[in-house]
Amino acid sequence: MINLERRKALKTGGGLGLLGLLAAVGLVQPGMAWAKGEKSAFEAKTMDEALDALGVVTPESSVAVRLTVPEIAENGAVVPVTVDSSLANTERIHILVEKNPSVLAANFTFPEGTEGFVTTRVKMRETSMVIALVKADGKFYRVAKEVKVTAGGCGG
Amino acid sequence: MGNPMKIRASVKDGVTEVKVLMQHEMETGLRKDADGKLVPAWHITEVKAQHNGKTVLESQFGTAISKNPYLVFRFKGGIPGEKVSVNWVDNKGDTRTDEAEIS
Repeated sequence: MINLERRKALKTGGGLGLLGLLAAVGLVQPGMAWAKGEKSAFEAKTMDEALDALGVVTPESSVAVRLTVPEIAENGAVVPVTVDSSLANTERIHILVEKNPSVLAANFTFPEGTEGFVTTRVKMRETSMVIALVKADGKFYRVAKEVKVTAGGCGG
Repeated sequence: MGNPMKIRASVKDGVTEVKVLMQHEMETGLRKDADGKLVPAWHITEVKAQHNGKTVLESQFGTAISKNPYLVFRFKGGIPGEKVSVNWVDNKGDTRTDEAEIS
């Protein structure tokens, strides 16, 4: 079934349409069971798909959001990332790595009383932009920084 | 059941900072073993933290979170001696909850 679809896509698709269809085929990989929610965003292979799935519309940049990442990561398997938003009513923070096989790394939702702050560690396959998306008062803000990876973190 | 988490929670100037170190392989499903076979994806998908029965953080993890995930977050309030609990669920349905006292 899937293969038939793919054949069709290969025959008829071209340019971006083909890429999109192939990505859609990629979405039906086995072994990707998610408990609930945000499923398609985590399976997104490109930044545009991820932003679409998260419902992000033209994020603005903001000096009130600080993204702290190393300039150079010697070990792509463990790259520390801190996002600190001083925007009022910060509801969510998303961390994305543009050139990873799956772009979205994590979602964080902050109930009232929790600060718009998070630190975690992510894997990076190669040198890439790391993007923090912050949702505050219903609007999205975006901050990006490049991390140079000298040894990738997503392979054997 | 998974292995226990390490949780440290400390309150300063009315804000509690929680540091969590989970123990989990966080397999992406893209890595190959020595025989060239793909290692199936096995990773935490959801993390929730509670303080006094109130949710203080909700989070979803993709495969790009590092092995043995580390997490720091902060919430307003918290009194020394109160408890903060953290729960994770992975894509195989395994789950683990641990708690720590605020210091």
